[in-house]
Amino acid sequence: MEITSEKSEKSLADENIINEFTGSEYKWGFVTDIESDDFPKGLNEDIVRKISAIKNEPEWMTEYRIKAYKHWLTLKEPKWQNVKYPEIDFQDIRYYSAPKKQPKLDSLDQVDPELLRTFEKLGIPIEEQKKFANVAVDAVFDSVSVKTTFQETLKEKGIIFSPLSEALKEHPELVKEYFGSVVPYTDNFYASLNAAVFSEGSFVYIPQGVRCPMELSTYFRINAMDTGQFERTLVIADEGAYVSYLEGCTAPMRDNNQLHAAVVELVAKKNAEIKYSTVQNWYPGDKDGKGGIYNFVTKRGLCAEDNAKISWTQVETGSAITWKYPSTILKGDNSIGEFYSVAVTNNYQQADTGTKMIHLGKNTKSTIVSKGISAGHSNNSYRGLVKIGKNADGARNYSQCDSMLMSDKCGAHTFPYLEIDNKNSTVEHEATTSKVSEDQIFYLNQRGIATEDAVNMIVNGFCKEVFKQLPMEFAVEATKLLALSLEGSVG
Amino acid sequence: MIKISNLKAKIDNKEILRGLNLEVKAGEVHAIMGPNGSGKSTLANVLTGNENYEVTEGEVIFNGKNLLNLNPEDRAREGLFLGFQYPVEIPGVSNATFLQTAINEIRKYNNLPEITPKEFLDRMKEKAKIVGMDSSLISRAVNTGFSGGEKKKNEIFQLLMLNPKLAILDETDSGLDIDALRIVSQGVNEFKNENNAVILVTHYQRLLDYIVPDFIHVLYQGKIIKSGGKDLALELEEKGYDWITKGEK
Repeated sequence: MEITSEKSEKSLADENIINEFTGSEYKWGFVTDIESDDFPKGLNEDIVRKISAIKNEPEWMTEYRIKAYKHWLTLKEPKWQNVKYPEIDFQDIRYYSAPKKQPKLDSLDQVDPELLRTFEKLGIPIEEQKKFANVAVDAVFDSVSVKTTFQETLKEKGIIFSPLSEALKEHPELVKEYFGSVVPYTDNFYASLNAAVFSEGSFVYIPQGVRCPMELSTYFRINAMDTGQFERTLVIADEGAYVSYLEGCTAPMRDNNQLHAAVVELVAKKNAEIKYSTVQNWYPGDKDGKGGIYNFVTKRGLCAEDNAKISWTQVETGSAITWKYPSTILKGDNSIGEFYSVAVTNNYQQADTGTKMIHLGKNTKSTIVSKGISAGHSNNSYRGLVKIGKNADGARNYSQCDSMLMSDKCGAHTFPYLEIDNKNSTVEHEATTSKVSEDQIFYLNQRGIATEDAVNMIVNGFCKEVFKQLPMEFAVEATKLLALSLEGSVG
Repeated sequence: MIKISNLKAKIDNKEILRGLNLEVKAGEVHAIMGPNGSGKSTLANVLTGNENYEVTEGEVIFNGKNLLNLNPEDRAREGLFLGFQYPVEIPGVSNATFLQTAINEIRKYNNLPEITPKEFLDRMKEKAKIVGMDSSLISRAVNTGFSGGEKKKNEIFQLLMLNPKLAILDETDSGLDIDALRIVSQGVNEFKNENNAVILVTHYQRLLDYIVPDFIHVLYQGKIIKSGGKDLALELEEKGYDWITKGEK
């Protein structure tokens, strides 16, 4: 199925409103002036070893990286996705960059004030702990984790929430057990690359029966020029555990494109639940499509045992190109997978995003709600796979994919794939395409609401089902982000 | 309240209003009737600033201001309300959020403080009762999945919530059964007082049994060709429009 916008005669006035409306500028485009300890550009075995060495990694990890690197060399960049971009020169990328003044981790006072200011501009709650009293933050600034908060409170409950490099030192056995278990280094081109050169990431372990008392949050930011960011996140919820994890991303403005190839792995054991929320606001490029982040990410969760639940919620407003499919493997019987997504593309942004729900266990259930908003000249595709394995008796899936068009130059596409090998299963799919209509805007104008606010109201209404899945403070941020990415100077 | 002089307007290069004159004073109810295509809805849309219509000539003074110079939202904030013939659906936006935003935008424009949540809720409850809307309708998304009758009731509910100076009701009676018509009319009568005014745009005399107008105007080919008191409606009901329009063709 493919739904593409068509020119309508009436839309000229609409277009003017919306053109102005959607021509807003990126507000997080400042560059932090910090001396960086960079590697030269390019990738070879030596660079891979150097990354591992600089992080003092155990040998098995170095070997893992090398295996991944060698495998990556055998792979070709995938071309099946519905996005267009010039060939990436992987030898023209710097694979490691860390702030030179390595901050001490015990106190905020010791953090480079320049860096703190950056966080402040980003609205990262690291200094504003009072405000966000309930959020523990692991801020990844380029490649080195700067500050991890609330470690103590979490430690009391036996919860591990730390930069991956630290977890490798303090809990090597845990990391070794799960690392690459859901997304192996052979998985795909970018996952392989990530496994070879990942520079930092977050590690979360929630012990048996523990409900994590606060939202865990990580902010990622790409700062140095031409630096690919290859972070890795590993979240494990042991039997009966619960965790809600938030991830937010921004990047400064650059004329050239930057690559972001992350890997996220989630493991939920028996009766465990993981809620993983992302607000992605990477630099999308300018109005003419120059610059911006290539966001090629592999995210996958495993409901490893019975009654496990994994829920992905994502709000994607940034990046020049987004290519990601947070997926869930429903292995345990009665396990549940959910995917709630809002993807906004504007100007020349391209998004090819969706999910995969792999039903293996009996009575497994999955829900997919995807909302795509396209404006300007952008292209927004939903791509989703629902696979029901032959032993998945009683499996159920419900998918809903709604697209909203805000101009007649943008595109919305839906590519649902179904692979059903079990007759005792139910799969439902619904798709709609709508347009922010002049009539809706006029209706709200007539009640005293200005056009810009009217469009925000309509778009927020469209996304409501997804936003209500987000934790409170993220929902507020998502609403603001949405408004900003579609904002303009309406006369 | 409002004075329309020699108003001419077109849509898609077709002239619809051809020199319309009308004055409405505070405390008055005017009904505008006329056959299909005479320009009734165009008048409602032009006054409220729908950009699909182009004003080519004329002047509209609303509360001492040149209405045609204002954008649609400022016209609303000045106290102009349109009860839509076809209210649109806005999925995911609750009636409450929508109305609270609208009220506060109007208040802000008039340098008034925001409505308090309590005041807002109390007003919602009070006004919903008048038009027989239950609370579930209020928390539901604006007009989404509403029946035709519910949508029209919602327009009148909004009228009561926003309490404008001048309400233009465009075919508010169309598609209503007799019970709904009575409820909608009750709402309008509740709204009406000596400080505000109503312009009813309608095809049928039956609405005027419930909302009694002070003046009735017959609109034909973009002009008011006859005005009269409430008895004119009965005459129209009996004789149709032909006896008036004959000389105009």
